[in-house]
Amino acid sequence: MALVDFTSNGLYCSAGDFYIDPWKPVHKAIITHAHSDHARWGSDRYLCHTASLPLLKLRLGDVPIDAIQWNEAIHINGVKVSLHPAGHIIGSSQIRIEYNNEVWVVSGDYKTEDDGISGGFEPVKCNVFITESTFGLPIYKWKSQQEIFENIREWIMGNKETGKTSVLIAYSLGKAQRVMQCIKDMGLKIFLHGAVWNVHQTLLEARYDLPNAERVTPETPKEDHRGQIVIAPPSADGTPWMKKFSPYSVGVCSGWMQVRGNVRRRNADAGFALSDHVDWSGLLNVVKATGAEKVFVTHGFQAAFSRYLNDNGIVAAEVKTEYGGEEEEQEKASTTTEQDHEINTENEE
Amino acid sequence: MKEFATLITKLGTSTKTNEKLEALSHYFATANDADKVWVIALFSGRRPKRMISSSFLSLWCMEVAELPAWLFEECYHTVGDLAETIALLLPEITTNSTPDKSLSYFLQSFIKMEKAEEKVKKDFIISSWMQMDKNERFVFNKLLTGNFRIGVSQKMIVNALVKTVHLESSVIAHRISGNWDPSTTSFNDLLSEQATTLDFSKPYPFYLAYAVDTNVKELGPENEWQAEWKWDGIRGQLIKRNNEIFVWSRGEELMTDKFPEYHSLKTLLPEGIVLDGEIIPSVDKKPLPFALLQTRIGRKNVTKKHLQDVPIAFFAYDILEYEGQDIREWALEKRRSLLEDIITKLDHAVLLLSPVINFSSWEQLAAIRESSREMGAEGIMLKRRSSTYQVGRKVGDWWKWKIDPLVIDAVMIYAQKGHGRRSNLYTDYTFAVKDNDKLVSFAKAYSGLTDKEFAEVDSFVKRNSLEKFGPVRTVKPELVFEIAFEGIAASNRHKSGVALRFPRINRWRKDKKADEINTLADLKKMLEVYGK
Repeated sequence: MALVDFTSNGLYCSAGDFYIDPWKPVHKAIITHAHSDHARWGSDRYLCHTASLPLLKLRLGDVPIDAIQWNEAIHINGVKVSLHPAGHIIGSSQIRIEYNNEVWVVSGDYKTEDDGISGGFEPVKCNVFITESTFGLPIYKWKSQQEIFENIREWIMGNKETGKTSVLIAYSLGKAQRVMQCIKDMGLKIFLHGAVWNVHQTLLEARYDLPNAERVTPETPKEDHRGQIVIAPPSADGTPWMKKFSPYSVGVCSGWMQVRGNVRRRNADAGFALSDHVDWSGLLNVVKATGAEKVFVTHGFQAAFSRYLNDNGIVAAEVKTEYGGEEEEQEKASTTTEQDHEINTENEE
Repeated sequence: MKEFATLITKLGTSTKTNEKLEALSHYFATANDADKVWVIALFSGRRPKRMISSSFLSLWCMEVAELPAWLFEECYHTVGDLAETIALLLPEITTNSTPDKSLSYFLQSFIKMEKAEEKVKKDFIISSWMQMDKNERFVFNKLLTGNFRIGVSQKMIVNALVKTVHLESSVIAHRISGNWDPSTTSFNDLLSEQATTLDFSKPYPFYLAYAVDTNVKELGPENEWQAEWKWDGIRGQLIKRNNEIFVWSRGEELMTDKFPEYHSLKTLLPEGIVLDGEIIPSVDKKPLPFALLQTRIGRKNVTKKHLQDVPIAFFAYDILEYEGQDIREWALEKRRSLLEDIITKLDHAVLLLSPVINFSSWEQLAAIRESSREMGAEGIMLKRRSSTYQVGRKVGDWWKWKIDPLVIDAVMIYAQKGHGRRSNLYTDYTFAVKDNDKLVSFAKAYSGLTDKEFAEVDSFVKRNSLEKFGPVRTVKPELVFEIAFEGIAASNRHKSGVALRFPRINRWRKDKKADEINTLADLKKMLEVYGK
């Protein structure tokens, strides 16, 4: 019998009677990370990594949540469960499940490059590996974080010289904190959109070392942000909220910016292919490193990636999940209508 | 090449005309002369012949990147641009020790290698790839395969040049037009007066009209305006100089050889004359549908049958040069009377006078406009009688007043991912009308929805696709759209039996259900009324 079933509620481990990142309310949910499409509201009990705990509370409110460390094994109904760093965002974890000498790993979302704040990804040996495939095509090959950071800083300095404010579009949870690492030592002021600010506050309270930043309010004087940096979520891009930074230049930080058409569609002045997801070669390396005999491919380019694995001697199958639509975690072409005061509910990327 | 790649990146990402202009004039101020000539050539449709087909490029990319064909295809449909797909898939270079080669070096190499063996081309292309970063590869592939499509008009090139060469924009526009070869023309020669007089085929820059966007009454008194039919053909200049005939299209393509009919004018037309008008197939001085013209212009060789079935005429409406003198500064009235004089005297079936429409009130003209389709026209042109012949698109003296398009309600049945800024979004649709209980496809359309609507349809397609055929999805026939088009003609290449001219989405009929769409019989009726 399979250790994890793909049910209409989500990924279900019947031996341990718990779900992983369920999309419907269940009695027990193990959460890979605090993004809205993985950490959904309504379950009775949650389990996550300690670093995810404050973020999950921010998202779900005061619900019963247990937290454990990476590599700390617990037993649920005789099933051995442990969390391992996924490198996607702060607290993001792969979930390892062991029962009757069989090991399954659910990757959640992950990236292989250590971004300095999310914990370095570690491949986990297993029999069956369930992997994401957001960027599962060979056109997605990331440059190193260092190189992209340099590009971002150059762009910001160029804007400053021409008197423009640099507006960086980054998901409020994950990408925004990563981008802050890039710009913290530039000697410029950092302003945050309300959605980014909420996450920022939560992480500060959890004693994360984040650079000084100011929340943008209607009272913020215009002169304050001239030539400085603003971080805003994708939902704010192109809204009247941006007008107060004029003259400004928009730089979108997302893996989708790898393709020129997406940069143009977003009307971005600059696109930085800075992703919190693993790229094509990363996917292949990780699959090999797990030593898995069978791979299930979820959200992303699952058809292409699983076919490629099969062609190359690794048994793979695609799985439909509700972590979005067909090519989910896709650019949502300006259909989000979030408000400033909400914490963001969009998917990372 | 690095500088040119930077220029293309800036032009491609910038959304503001001013920034594009800035980038271009910066390039013209700093690049070497040979490269500048090539940039002017590339953005005015003078690119070297393709030295290699894009299928070879794809093949070599797969080989270098070690990828199966299906995965390459998958990537291409996601990126929506072949040149970019290849640039993204090639393995990254680790160190680049070779010095940067110039844009003109690459273009001259393309020309030199055009007839070379496949292996020589392959070695050249792969070794070039391996010396380039992603941006340079993209630009290089674009040079090999097609247009940049980054919204740079000839007007913008001229405006950018104005900032570095000290000439009037109309003079520059004239000098960079016509028959010149970028591989043998120097920058200084191109812009010198001498070259312009030496090249006796050189057309004048076309004067283009804006669409009437307000009430025509606001144009002022009727008697200041001359009205003509707006023909649906190819805008062209017919030139006779040095006892030779030249025909230029508005796209600055020398089309003389495609229309042998015009050669009969060589002995008849006076020396030193330039006429502006429309290239249209015509029988008994009446225009035939544009679809017929298309059957001719696509061909390499024009056969006798073509000449018989689709005879071409030139509907002249302006004269720009007479007895070797540039008369563009004359008032339209004066040019027109000279034109009428010449053409009436010539009396030849190939050279016709595009008639002036007499009208005494705007209301009357509006009524006449309604009969445009029956005349084989797509509306009316309004030209100020006192106007000079200007350069490019200018507001004020020339207006086009087109009739409303034909419309039909149809249901979407297929969808495919788009290109460019619609990469990885389902934005290219095929539409069908009803034929009893069947659906018959009749048109494809790619434009007319807002980005938001495209996103909505995209998500519908992803949730409601029935089958996959390569990149095409069959979609549950549910979404109804109003399709607008300019003309309709019989066609045996389409299942529906009709071919539409410039179909596009007029609006999304969310208020209509799929069973309320138009029928094939409705289309056939339109064909009968407007397709002749």
